[in-house]
Amino acid sequence: MASVDRELKDKIPTFESTGAAEAGVGNWSSAASTLSLIKGGRDAMLIVITAIVIFGGLELTLRLFQVPVYIAPTPSQVITALITDFQYIGPHIGYTLIELLTGFAIGASIGFVLAALITQFPLVEKIVAPYILLLVTTPMLALVPLLILKFGFGFTPRIIAVALASGPMVMINAATGFRRTDLAKIALARSFGASTLQIFLKIRIPMAMPMVIVGLMIGSIFGLLTAVGAEMVGGSFGLGNRLTYYSSLIQMPQFFACILVLAMIGISIYVFFYWLGKKWAGWEA
Amino acid sequence: MRESGQPKLVVANASKSYDTGSGVVHALADFSMDVQPGELACLLGPSGCGKSTLLWAMAGLHGLSSGEVRLDGRPVIEPNPQIAMVFQEANLLPWRNLIKNIELPFEIRHQKPDRARIDALLEEVGLAGFETKMPRELSGGMQQRASIVRALSVDPSLLLMDEPFGALDAFTRDEMNLLIQQIWLETKKTIVFITHNINEAVFLADRIFVMSARPGRLSRVFEIDLPRPRPLDAMTTPHFIELVAEIKGSIDHKSQTQAA
Ligand SMILES: Nc1ncnc2c1ncn2[C@@H]1O[C@H](COP(=O)(O)OP(=O)(O)O)[C@@H](O)[C@H]1O
Ligand SMILES: [Mg+2]
Repeated sequence: MASVDRELKDKIPTFESTGAAEAGVGNWSSAASTLSLIKGGRDAMLIVITAIVIFGGLELTLRLFQVPVYIAPTPSQVITALITDFQYIGPHIGYTLIELLTGFAIGASIGFVLAALITQFPLVEKIVAPYILLLVTTPMLALVPLLILKFGFGFTPRIIAVALASGPMVMINAATGFRRTDLAKIALARSFGASTLQIFLKIRIPMAMPMVIVGLMIGSIFGLLTAVGAEMVGGSFGLGNRLTYYSSLIQMPQFFACILVLAMIGISIYVFFYWLGKKWAGWEA
Repeated sequence: MRESGQPKLVVANASKSYDTGSGVVHALADFSMDVQPGELACLLGPSGCGKSTLLWAMAGLHGLSSGEVRLDGRPVIEPNPQIAMVFQEANLLPWRNLIKNIELPFEIRHQKPDRARIDALLEEVGLAGFETKMPRELSGGMQQRASIVRALSVDPSLLLMDEPFGALDAFTRDEMNLLIQQIWLETKKTIVFITHNINEAVFLADRIFVMSARPGRLSRVFEIDLPRPRPLDAMTTPHFIELVAEIKGSIDHKSQTQAA
């Protein structure tokens, strides 16, 4: 009797749902750990104090050894340049943000929709997966000269590059999320008469949300990198272009002021998606 | 004991096979049973004998290879508003708080949640005041209570329960069994309750349908004539122990003949 039972137990995937649910847990913890990296509002104080020590120390050291401005400006010189030259730098912040937001909005929407669609058809997913990986791993910056040739020096090639860089990143992560099909939860919704669309909206999307947010975060950071890189390749506006411009004139305070702005944009993206993750995917942590 | 009206639920010659990559699994073979209105029927059988397969067919969640399920005389081929299911492990949506979880069926059906009914049920199962708690903040027993409230909130006439307390500790399980009996006595809903725990089955059931090991067949039916309401210490009475022993014996006998 006992041996029969054990044999049966081994063969039972305790119904269709459980196996899939366990696979989902695996995916899930990777997402959770990514999110938890940015966790720690409590650590914020420590981070601020460390920053003050580092930048204060830098200021003192540079002044003490009288390092010339064209080699390394002091933090205060950088801040001063940012304020006094803001009328010149400001518009370029706007240009970069326009490229980033437009390109990211296009790329992320397409990536999200494709991920949602493709994961419904395992065979299609298998066929398409290598190409998505190719898009994720190829630096889209490499395409920028070609895009400029085709679309000129305006916003278009940059927006396309940003979309190409962020879209696949969103897609690959969102697809991981959408693959977490917990059949027990789907059966639950079905048992109350849910339609396929309702199951998608009420079960699949919320379940995918933590991974989608991870994808959006990584995608937008990649988008920022690509926007700045594309601006360096050609054209006469945007923060990337200002970096080449100021370095060619050896205006180091202005150069570092642009880097400071870029860093702040990057951090804002991070914080925004951290907040979004807490709000929409907090149940996972 | 049963009045001979129309049965609430009929399972007629139900068979189901799963086509897996490595061959066909016969999960259910020519299984028939019927459940009377207001009856509390337990399906008892070892893990993997096809209990969930049968219950999912009763719920209209999947089809049978042959045979059929009828509710009030009409074939069940898709989920039916008269049927609600309670799953193994509470199966709450972790991104919704307790009340949002309970309101899910109303949302799906585009109905206004029946607040009075929900509040009364929450009160009865001892979850009043926990409405805004997230599932992870609740104990296993509380989660399962919430899922019972979710199922009852839409006032189904048939409640299907798939090993609902299998993951709970023995004390919580006893408590939940008392709760189920109480709810059943008050509402007189027809309940099909799956378990592999003989004590649980004897404690709850009007009739126990014992299933053989895979492929699941109906091997025996036991009428449980213990008076109600049954207190927990009914489990220590000689009659109870006798019933458990008899059912256990029938199962052992069954698998021995199979092994031979
Ligand atoms: N979707 C499925 N595909 C293949 N085999 C399945 C599937 N679902 C259940 N089975 C098999 O059918 C048998 C009965 O399963 P199930 O109804 O879950 O049993 P129980 O609920 O009694 O434990 C088991 O051997 C199980 O492995
Ligand atoms: Mg089961």
